[in-house]
Amino acid sequence: MVTAMVMAVAEGVVQAGDGGFFADTAGIMLILPFVAFALIMTVGKRLPYHGGEIAVAALAVNTVWATVLFVMNMTGGVLDQTTFEIGSIGSGLVFELGWVVDGLSIMMYFLVNFVGLVVFVYALGYMHGDRRLEWFFAAFSLFAGSMLVLVGAPNLIQLIIGWEGVGLASYFLIGFYWEDLDNVRAGNKAFLTNKVGDVGLILGAILVGVSLGTFDLAELGAAAAAHDEALGAVAVAGGLLLFFGAMGKSAQFPLHIWLPDAMAGPTPVSALMHAATMVTAGVYLMARVFPLFEYLAADTRQLMVVIGAITLLGIGLLALVVDDIKRVLAFSTVSQLGYMMTAVAAGGYTAGLFHLFTHAFFKALLFLGAGSVIHAVHSNNMSDMGGLRKEMPTTYWTFVVGSLALAGIFPLAGFWSKDEILATLGQEGYITVMWVAVAGAFVTAFYMARCIALTFHGTYKGHGHPHESPPIMTRPLVALAIPSALFGLLNIPGVSLPGIGSFTEWLAVREVVMGDHHAEAIDFGLAAIGLAAALAGLALGWLVYGKDAVTQMERDRFQVPLLYPLLRRKYYVDDLALGVVGATTGPLARFVNWTNNYVIDGVINIVGGAVKWLGGLVYNGLDQRGVDGVFNGLSAMTDGAGSVLRRWQTGRVQQYASAFVAGAIILVVLFVFVV
Amino acid sequence: MMEWFDSWGLTVIVFLPLLGALVMGFIPSGNEDGLKRTALVASGLAFLASIYLVLQFDFGASGYNQYQFEVTETWIGAINASYHLGVDGISLPLLVLSTFIVVLSVIYSWNHWDEPYNPKAFLILMMILATGMNGTFVALDLVLFFIFFEVVLLPMYFMIGIWGDKTPRRIPGFRKEYETRLYAAIKFFLFTLFGSAFMLLGFLALYFESGDVSGVRTFDIPTLTELGATGAFTDPTFAFLVFGALFLGFAVKVPMWPLHTWLPDAHTAAPTVGSVLLAAILLKLGSYGFVRISLPILPDEAMSWAPAIAILAVIGIIYGSLACLAQTDMKRLIAFSSVGHMGFVMLGIATLTDVGINAAIIGMVAHGLITGLLFFLAGSMSHRYHTREMSRLGGNIKLLPIIGGILAFTAMASLGLPGLAGFWGEFMSLVGSYNPLSGLPLGVFRTSMVLGAVGTVLTAGYMLWMLQRVNLGEPSAEWTDHDLGDADRYELASWVPLIVLIVVIGLYPRLVFNSTTEAVTSMVEMVFGS
Amino acid sequence: MTLTQFLVIGAALFALGVYGLLVRRNLVLILLSVELMLAAVNINLVAFEAFLVTTQAIGQVFAIFVITVAAAEVGIGLAIVLMIFRNRRSANVDDLSLMRW
Repeated sequence: MVTAMVMAVAEGVVQAGDGGFFADTAGIMLILPFVAFALIMTVGKRLPYHGGEIAVAALAVNTVWATVLFVMNMTGGVLDQTTFEIGSIGSGLVFELGWVVDGLSIMMYFLVNFVGLVVFVYALGYMHGDRRLEWFFAAFSLFAGSMLVLVGAPNLIQLIIGWEGVGLASYFLIGFYWEDLDNVRAGNKAFLTNKVGDVGLILGAILVGVSLGTFDLAELGAAAAAHDEALGAVAVAGGLLLFFGAMGKSAQFPLHIWLPDAMAGPTPVSALMHAATMVTAGVYLMARVFPLFEYLAADTRQLMVVIGAITLLGIGLLALVVDDIKRVLAFSTVSQLGYMMTAVAAGGYTAGLFHLFTHAFFKALLFLGAGSVIHAVHSNNMSDMGGLRKEMPTTYWTFVVGSLALAGIFPLAGFWSKDEILATLGQEGYITVMWVAVAGAFVTAFYMARCIALTFHGTYKGHGHPHESPPIMTRPLVALAIPSALFGLLNIPGVSLPGIGSFTEWLAVREVVMGDHHAEAIDFGLAAIGLAAALAGLALGWLVYGKDAVTQMERDRFQVPLLYPLLRRKYYVDDLALGVVGATTGPLARFVNWTNNYVIDGVINIVGGAVKWLGGLVYNGLDQRGVDGVFNGLSAMTDGAGSVLRRWQTGRVQQYASAFVAGAIILVVLFVFVV
Repeated sequence: MMEWFDSWGLTVIVFLPLLGALVMGFIPSGNEDGLKRTALVASGLAFLASIYLVLQFDFGASGYNQYQFEVTETWIGAINASYHLGVDGISLPLLVLSTFIVVLSVIYSWNHWDEPYNPKAFLILMMILATGMNGTFVALDLVLFFIFFEVVLLPMYFMIGIWGDKTPRRIPGFRKEYETRLYAAIKFFLFTLFGSAFMLLGFLALYFESGDVSGVRTFDIPTLTELGATGAFTDPTFAFLVFGALFLGFAVKVPMWPLHTWLPDAHTAAPTVGSVLLAAILLKLGSYGFVRISLPILPDEAMSWAPAIAILAVIGIIYGSLACLAQTDMKRLIAFSSVGHMGFVMLGIATLTDVGINAAIIGMVAHGLITGLLFFLAGSMSHRYHTREMSRLGGNIKLLPIIGGILAFTAMASLGLPGLAGFWGEFMSLVGSYNPLSGLPLGVFRTSMVLGAVGTVLTAGYMLWMLQRVNLGEPSAEWTDHDLGDADRYELASWVPLIVLIVVIGLYPRLVFNSTTEAVTSMVEMVFGS
Repeated sequence: MTLTQFLVIGAALFALGVYGLLVRRNLVLILLSVELMLAAVNINLVAFEAFLVTTQAIGQVFAIFVITVAAAEVGIGLAIVLMIFRNRRSANVDDLSLMRW
C-alpha cells in the first residue's frame, strides 16, 4: 500500500524564465512594508484608520506583485536573483542583501502577502477603537517586511536579519498590551526561546558559511549537490545547528513552549504570525537548505523526524484539554508544524511545503474565526461561548470549513497535504512515524470537533447578546475559506493541471536539483486510512462534546468521573470504547500538559532562576567581595599604614634633629667600627 | 589649502577643541550662551574637518603601515620623540566617531547640567577630553600616544569627582562612608594610571630595544611596526614582558575581566555626558591600542597571548551578562553590559584574523553609538525621575513615549539585533573565532564561539528584563502627578543622528568596512602571514 | 701643635653645638648653637688645610664661604624668629609644632 516511487523532480537544470520586470523589481515587496512602517510611525496618528490604510495599501501592492509572479511561475517557471553588496572583508567574506525569485520564495511571497493582506483588512475591523492602533499597524508592517526579507533572502545573513526581525515584531505584538506584565513576560518568553534557537541558527550559518566561503544559499545548495568536501565535513553539525534554529522558530518540541503563551497578542497577530507565516519560517529554512540534508547530512534525518513526530502527536494532545479557544488553535499549530517538519526532515520537500501552504490558509481562517467569536463574546474561553452558530452564521460556516480542512476531510485542502505527508513517510520507510502521524490526524479531528461543539453548539453561556461581526471581518473569513477548501486540488499526486502543472512542479523551480521525495500517484489505501482517522476523530469528538454543552464543559474539567453517565446513557459498547478513549487521552493529555507546564517549563524556570541566582552570586560574592575586595583591601592597607606612620611626624624640630643626630652617630659607628 | 590640510588637517582636528577651551577661558562664566556656542563651534569644526578628511581620504591606499595626512616634526630631539600624526583605515572610523560624539555631547549639554552646574568648567573639561581622545587615535609616536592617552584621564576624573553622584556609599574595607563620585573618580583614576604605568614601561622597553636591534632608538610607531614584522622583538622574555605591560595598560581601559571593576562605579557615578564619552570613546582607546600597537609590533607574542585574551574576553561576555541580571540600578546595568560588549570586541581581536579585527572595529563603532545612546537615555530619565532604581520605574513608555520608544530601540540594538549596527561586531567575531589564525588552538576559540553565542542569549535576557522593568507595565503611582516632560529638542538633536547611524551601519556595514578592511587585511597578511 | 689638638677642639665645639641644638628651647639660642657647629667645621677646614694640603688655601676659602653663608643664614633665621615672636609672643620651639599631619 505504499508506493515506493522516489523521484528527483528535475534531472538537470530546471527550465525557467528570468521573470523579467516583476522579478527584477520583486524587491519592492521587501521594502514597501518598511516604508509603511515609517509612514505609520510618523503620520499614522492623523489618519482615520490610524495608519491601517497605509499597511493595507502596502500589502495590496505586494499581493499584486506576488500574484503576478505566482502565475508566471505556474506557467513557465521564474528563476532570478538580485543582490547588492553591503560590505565585504578582505579575505573573501561578502555580505549581500537582495531577493531570490524562485518557486519556493514565490510561494512564500504569495502566501505572506495574500494572507497578510486578508488579516490586515480583518484587523481594521477587529482592532477598531483599540489603543495604540498606529503602533499595532506599524509593528504588523514591520513583521510583514521582515518576513518577506526572510523568505526572499539569497543568503544566510539576510535570512538571519529577517529571522530576528520577525522575532522582534513578534515580541512587540505579543506584548502589545504591555500594561499587563503577563503579556510582557509572554513576549520575553517568545523572544528568549527563539533566541536560544537562534544560537543554533547563527552557529550553523557560521559553520556552513565559513566552510563554504560564502553565505549564499544557492551556492550552498549547489555545493551540497556536488558533494563538496569542505561542506561535507561540517554538514552534519551545521545541519543539526540549523535545525535547532528552525526548532525554535517553528515551535518544535521542546522549544514549542513559547507559542501557546504568544496568544497573549491580539488575535490577528496570532492568525498571521503565530499560525500562518512566522512560525513556518523554520520549515522554510529547512526547505531552503534542503539540498544540504538531502546530499550531505542525511544522517540527521532520523533525529529530526522523531522530534517532528513527538511534536505533532504530543502537542496535539494538549489541545484537548484547554478552555481558551486560541490556545486550542495554538497547540494545533504546533502539532501541524510538527507534520511539516517531519515531512521535510524525511525528505518530503513538497509534502512539507504543501502542508505549510494549505495550513496557512485554514489556520489563519480558524484564528480569524476565533477572533470574530472573541470579538462578539469578549472572552477567550469556550466555557463562555456555545450556541453561536445561529447568531454568527458566516463565522460558523467558515470556521467549519477551516476545521474540516485542518482535520483532513476529503476534498478540502488539509486532506491532500496531510495525505502527501503520510505517503512520503511511508515510502521513505518511517513506518512508525507514519502511524504516529495518522494518530495525529485523529487527534486533530477530535479537538476540532470539540472546539466547534463547545463554541458554536449547545447553549450560550456568556454575557450579553453576541452578534455577527461586521462585513470587514466576515469577508476576510470567506476570502480564506475558499482557498482552504480548494487549494488542495493544486497538488493531487500524479495530476498535472493543464497549462499550469502542479504545486510540486512550481516548487521544484530552484537553482539546485532538489532530490525531493514525493509520491507519483495517489495511494488510495493510505489516503483512506488518513481520512478514516480524521473522520473517526471528528465522530468521536462530536459524540463526546456534541450535545448538551453545559455539562460538556463540566466534563472537560472532571474528565474521568463525569464520563460515566454518558457511557451509561449511550450504547454500552460504544460508551465503553469512548470511556477508554476518554480515560486514556484525558490523563495522557493532562500528563503531557503537566510535563509541558512543570517539567519543561519548570526546567526553563529553574535554569532562568539559577542563572539569576548565579548572577547574584557572581555579582555579590565574587565581584563585590572577591575581585573588588582585593582592590579595596589594598587601598585600605595603604590607608592604615599611613595612619600609623604619620604619628612619627610630630612637628617638633628638635625631635627631628635628635633623630638626625642619632642617625649620624649610627652611621659614624658603622663606618668607623664595622666597615 | 589642500596641501596644507594634507599635513596639518589632523593637527587642526586634534587641537581645535583645545583652542576652544582656551578661548572659553577668557569668556566670563556668566556668559553661558557664549561658552556653549564656543564649545559647539570648536567641536563642530573639528567634526566637519574630520568629515572633510574622510572625503579626502584615499581608501585605495590604506594598506599595511600606510598612513595618510601624516605630519612629522621633531619634537623632543634628545629621546628621538617626534610630533607624528597620521590616520589609516583603522583609526579613521574611530576618529570620526570621537569628533561626532563630542558634538552630540555639547548639544545635549545645552540644557542638561548636573549639580554643581558651572558650565564653563564642564565644557572646558569636555574640550580637553576631546583633544585627548582625538589625539590618541591619530598619534603615531609612542610618547605622543602616551600623553594623549593620559590627557584623557584628568578631565574625566574631575567630571566624575565634581559633577558625579553624591550619594554616600559604604565601601567594603573602609571605615567611613564615601560619596559615590569620590570613590568612583579615584578608582577610575588609579586603575587607569596603574595600567598606564606599565604601558609606559613597555614603551620605554621598546624604545631601548629598538636601539639595540636597529641602531636608532625610536618611539615611532610605523618604524617599530616594521621592526616588529621583521622579527626584531622576538626575544621571548623581552617580548613576554613588554606585551604583558602593554596588555595591562590597554586591558584596564577596555576593560577586560578581571580589571573591569572600575567601570560600573565610574559609569554609575559619572554625569550623563561623562558616561557617554566614557562608554563611547574612552573604552575604545584600550582596544585600539591592541590593534595599533600590541599586535603589529609584537606579533609572535600576540599569538601566544591570544588564547588567554580570548578566554578572558569570553569570561567577560558571560560574566558581564550575568552581572547585569543582578542589577537594580539602570545605569549600572548598562555599564555592566559594556563589559560584555567589549568582550566581543576583544574576542575578535584575539582571533588575529582580518575577520575578527574588522569585527572588533565595527564592534567598537557600534558600541560607541549604541551604548552612548543608552547612557544619554539613562541620564535623561534619571534627570526626570531623580532615581535610577528600576524597581521604582516602570511604564516609562507610557509616561515618556518618545524616550521610552528610543530606549526600546536602543535596547534592541544593544542585544545585537541583525539589521542594526550591533549585530556585525558580534556575528563577525564569532565567525572569526570559528576560524582563528592558523596556529592558534582551535578548541579554545571554538569553545569561545559557542560561549559567546550563548552570551548573546543572556544579553537578550537582561535587555528584555530591563525593558520590562523600566519601560513596560503600569507606571508606579508616585509619578502620576508629576509633569515629567518628554524629550526636548536638544535631546532629540543629539539622539536622532545616533539612531540614524545605528540603522544605516546595520544595513550598510560597508560604511565602516570600506575603511577598515584594506588596512586590516594587509596588516594581518604582513604581520601574521596568513 | 698637632692636627689632633685642633680636631679635638673642633669636635668639642661641635658637640657643644649639637647639645645646644637639642636641649635649648629658645629659638635664638638654637640658632647660636648652629653657629657653634659651623665654627667647629671652620676650625676643621683651616686645620686640615694647614696640616695636610699646603699650597692652594682651599680650606681657608671654604671657611670664608661658610662664614658668609652662616651670616646670611643667621640674618634670615633671626628675621624668621622675629616674625614668629611678633605673631605668637613666644620664641619657644615647643609651641611651634604646626607643621605636622
